[in-house]
Amino acid sequence: MQKVFQKPKSMSDVELHYCPGCTHGIVHRLVAEVIDELNIEDKTIGVAPVGCAVFAYNYFECDMQEAAHGRAPAVATGIKRVNPENIVFTYQGDGDLASIGTAETVHAAARGENITVIFINNAIYGMTGGQMAPTSLLGQVTTTSPYGRNPEIQGHPIRVSEMLSTLDGAAYISRVSVDTVKNINNAKKAIKKAFETQIQGKGFSLVEVLSTCPTNWGMSPIEALEWLRQNMIPQYPLGVFKDKE
Amino acid sequence: MSDKVLMKGNEAIAEAAIKAGCKCFFGYPITPQNEIPEYMAKRMPKVGGVFLQAESEVAAINMVYGAAGAGARVMTSSSSPGISLKQEGISYIAGADLPCVIVNMVRGGPGLGGIQAAQSDYFQAVKGGGHGDYRLVVLAPSSVQEAVDLVQEAFDIADIYRMPVMILGDGMIGQMMEPVEFKAGQRRQIPEKNWATTGTGGKRKKNVINSLYIEPDVLEKLVFDRYEKYKKIEETEAKYEMVNCEDADIILVAYGTTARIAKTAMKAIREQGYKVGLIRPVTLWPFPSEAFKTAAKTAKAFLTVEMSTGQMVEDVKLSVNGEKPVYFFGRTGGVVPTPAEIIERIKNISGGER
Repeated sequence: MQKVFQKPKSMSDVELHYCPGCTHGIVHRLVAEVIDELNIEDKTIGVAPVGCAVFAYNYFECDMQEAAHGRAPAVATGIKRVNPENIVFTYQGDGDLASIGTAETVHAAARGENITVIFINNAIYGMTGGQMAPTSLLGQVTTTSPYGRNPEIQGHPIRVSEMLSTLDGAAYISRVSVDTVKNINNAKKAIKKAFETQIQGKGFSLVEVLSTCPTNWGMSPIEALEWLRQNMIPQYPLGVFKDKE
Repeated sequence: MSDKVLMKGNEAIAEAAIKAGCKCFFGYPITPQNEIPEYMAKRMPKVGGVFLQAESEVAAINMVYGAAGAGARVMTSSSSPGISLKQEGISYIAGADLPCVIVNMVRGGPGLGGIQAAQSDYFQAVKGGGHGDYRLVVLAPSSVQEAVDLVQEAFDIADIYRMPVMILGDGMIGQMMEPVEFKAGQRRQIPEKNWATTGTGGKRKKNVINSLYIEPDVLEKLVFDRYEKYKKIEETEAKYEMVNCEDADIILVAYGTTARIAKTAMKAIREQGYKVGLIRPVTLWPFPSEAFKTAAKTAKAFLTVEMSTGQMVEDVKLSVNGEKPVYFFGRTGGVVPTPAEIIERIKNISGGER
């Protein structure tokens, strides 16, 4: 019988632990497809974060390191500097990358560290049960902003892609979404471009992926996708923010 | 004729690391260890190595984690406040069984403290400064030459046992100049790093560097297995120097810079007829307990001297195990004890009896 659909080689057989309707699974698959298509699985090293994707080292079928919370870009820097011929990527959420790991993220980009960062922005801390993230929207109710995020108390959400694109070391910065088939296809193109940027030695590449967290947003998967479109995209416009020639 | 060169402790440690095959150094400026990253910045590019000034001590130690996981011999250095920042990473490195060398040129604390030599980070280094059940091998040089020799040893121990090793110096060891010789010493057998994440090359299953184990039983077994390894290290790697202990009534106990001062005091007071000896631990973990068990049979008392308010003295007491009294004398905050102060304490303890 002819196989018409199969999982990418760069994904393992381990069952994903993500909640129903969570978009992590889609992004994992896109990254794995890109690794397969670029034929780099035998020289790729992934760095997993702390957060919902903490077990990513079980899911990607390539060498992996598990980093401390927020430190993935520093760990990736260590790996890449030892073996520059390796392809090194990190996979991080918004709490990991934009809160506790802000310094590591900004400086890896400023150094033009030749690594690729996959940044999942779902505007909430998922793993720990729905606390406010640096990317939570104004008015967004979370367990640690129970009255809604108030800019006078909790400040404003951070637009990571815009911020990083001001740095000379950043080579490719793009924000995508996985809420529709069209957007998923665009997301894959961006992820591929980010890995190609690294292969070409151009410097730091990051793809910010707007994602849903139905569990902690308290919505059905379909409602969550709609909420992303209505609320997140206006705050976090999709597009390419940096593409160094 | 030996090829001796006059070098500052910090620079000698950096050169020794390069000679020991250190391929990567990740650092961050802090006094009194700046000559280590500065030396590495100059030398590493010339020997095909990597020097990178990280954005923080936290980032530096995590770069060490990544590089160690990728199979390289890697080192970082700092001083007390910076070492506190590295503790998270050190715990992860220990938990992921990665080899690396960390240099701490200790300065006075707590907090921002001062910039002069101290030994007040003993507990942090020896008892596990980060979270969780783990140990570091801690090596305490008392001369620039010994620092050089111990750097080679540190890299070998780290690789053999797959664990972080700390060189615990102090501002004095780092800053003073002494003649040193880089000996092409006997190298120990280093196991192959077939666990490193270098890419599968399509030839093996994937390697994972990790310290997360959700199942308590699995984590407990790993921690117990690691403690078996630690037990072996305690049995085989303890190092110390014993001077004049055979006939000694009072035995001084000191490490690093303080051991040199204690030795001067010992020599001076022996001339006055006092029978004084010295035990100088070279490894602070594993602590050389055996030396104390032997010495406790003949000595009347021990006097521990430290540049702290009394940290190693607890290990001395555990080792002497109540057999004989253990006294303490310490200066701290960057104040260095003098031989005269130590002599005075010895006379107080002996009650003038020679």
